[in-house]
Amino acid sequence: MSDIIRLTAAELSAKLASGEVSSVEATRAHLDRIAAVDGDVHAFLHVSDHALDVAADIDRRRADGERLGELAGVPLAVKDVLVTTDMPSTSGSRILEGFLSPYDATPVARSRAAGLVPLGKTNMDEFAMGSSTEHSAYGPTHNPWDLDRIPGGSGGGSAAAVAAFEAPLALGSDTGGSIRQPAHVTGTVGVKPTYGGVSRYGSIALASSLDQVGPVARTVLDAALLHDVIGGHDPHDATSLEQDWPSFAAAAREGANGQALKGLRVGVIRELPDTGFQTGVAESFRASLALLEAQGAEIVEISAPHFEYGVAAYYLILPAEASSNLAKFDSVRFGLRVDVPGGTVEDVMARSRDVGFGDEVKRRIILGTYALSAGYYDAYYGSAQKVRTLIQRDFDNAFAEVDVIATPSAPTTAFRLGEQLDDPLQMYLNDVTTIPVNLAGVPGISIPSGLAAEDGLPVGIQFIAPAREDARLYRVGAALEALLVDSWGGPLLDRAPVLGANGGAR
Amino acid sequence: MSEITPELVRHLGVLARIQLDDGEVERLTGQLSAIVDNIAKVSEVATPDVPATSHPIALENVFRPDVVGEMLTIAQVLQNAPDATEDRFKVTAILGEEQ
Repeated sequence: MSDIIRLTAAELSAKLASGEVSSVEATRAHLDRIAAVDGDVHAFLHVSDHALDVAADIDRRRADGERLGELAGVPLAVKDVLVTTDMPSTSGSRILEGFLSPYDATPVARSRAAGLVPLGKTNMDEFAMGSSTEHSAYGPTHNPWDLDRIPGGSGGGSAAAVAAFEAPLALGSDTGGSIRQPAHVTGTVGVKPTYGGVSRYGSIALASSLDQVGPVARTVLDAALLHDVIGGHDPHDATSLEQDWPSFAAAAREGANGQALKGLRVGVIRELPDTGFQTGVAESFRASLALLEAQGAEIVEISAPHFEYGVAAYYLILPAEASSNLAKFDSVRFGLRVDVPGGTVEDVMARSRDVGFGDEVKRRIILGTYALSAGYYDAYYGSAQKVRTLIQRDFDNAFAEVDVIATPSAPTTAFRLGEQLDDPLQMYLNDVTTIPVNLAGVPGISIPSGLAAEDGLPVGIQFIAPAREDARLYRVGAALEALLVDSWGGPLLDRAPVLGANGGAR
Repeated sequence: MSEITPELVRHLGVLARIQLDDGEVERLTGQLSAIVDNIAKVSEVATPDVPATSHPIALENVFRPDVVGEMLTIAQVLQNAPDATEDRFKVTAILGEEQ
């Protein structure tokens, strides 16, 4: 039965529907896997104590002849940024330790309604601030490809969980690359939908104009199936888009036959030259472009002159919004309270926030407070918002010429734990290719493109489409994925080291 | 060069309600100086003719029907409170002695 954990969500769904495998068996297999390897990986902050009951209920309903969704009975890992009524939600922070939400985040509620079985909550950088999960208050997650390396961040737990076969699917959130960069370093698939495509209700806010919830999976089709479940308009989120979305799973299935690539115009950004990337990352990217070209795609050089200002604008807008959003952690209504004998509520608040927040969170709150303060507002925050307009225009101009834009998903493969921890600026640059996507609100996908020759670690390619054209990403992503898996003779994750063998990986 | 000083960082800590200790102030002063020097370049291209974007996909007048929504109970509202009494959040003194 250990083979169950290596099935894709789509394959597992078929076996659940046919009765070959029960949801209880599938859920137990994944819980066993978590028990076996999560001591090493640390993808989970909390494992559900009633997942088997939920699975048994799905099995019963199926046996009763109820019409269930395609993913009914499939286990799901949930990033700890999404609040849940039956499991604690901490957003990776000490300040929310033990917090139990009175309501479910909409993507969680929709997953439950579709019959998915939540396995647990996954690790993340505190309040999603980071690119390595090293800023989690509960210790880092380890990359299943090499336990001494980072799994990316902030959603390193969700990416590592699917890469380590602890779950076939996971939910993530992406503010500047927190779904796509972990996908890149773990050899998995991650999608940041169009801003407003998936509800943010119940997603503990980092930067409200940038945050977007999305699917984490091992295949493009699996990501699409999950996106179909969680997406769509939600009156609880005023920024949620009111429109009918096509089936992303249908787009992925259609894309897999490769026809989508004939005549497809793929933009490559002149201002992101190969020299800005690790050699093996650039080589893998070029090899993928050659594959696309061989199938009839046209590679077009485009210019995005303002991308180089993206990281700077992001590190003004994000801290500004975060400093406001995190003001809610005031030690009054929820979260940590540290008593100050004889102190006022303000003393208690200031002390609680000093103790409850980690270094990176304090750094960004102070930076955001500075950027928003009188006298600096126009020069910093105001200018950053103008850069946002310029980056949107870069995308508009590019999409007048091409159907999708392709970039490497991140500059390097997984770096070693601790390597960039003392250099916040260096850490921020990990998201150079993903940040402009959030600033503009357009959708992006990262899929595995291969292993870097020099270190044997996974590399991802990112595709970007115009706003509301998420289906295009699934079509193109599935087309390239099919070509790559064919050329590898099997999924990339088949080449990852065996975890948990003889009491430890490697 | 930016003008991030320890005094400014301490003041920002007061504004943000984070009681930074001396070590944190010193560390943050250096780190913020480096970060601000790096991100200040946004002003190079932010010319007066460029409009600001606050929201990636602008929506206007998002309303819902004016009916009572799904409300939380008092017990739910208070379930995570560090301290509560008589259906209310409980805090320590609002004003200090000198106030």
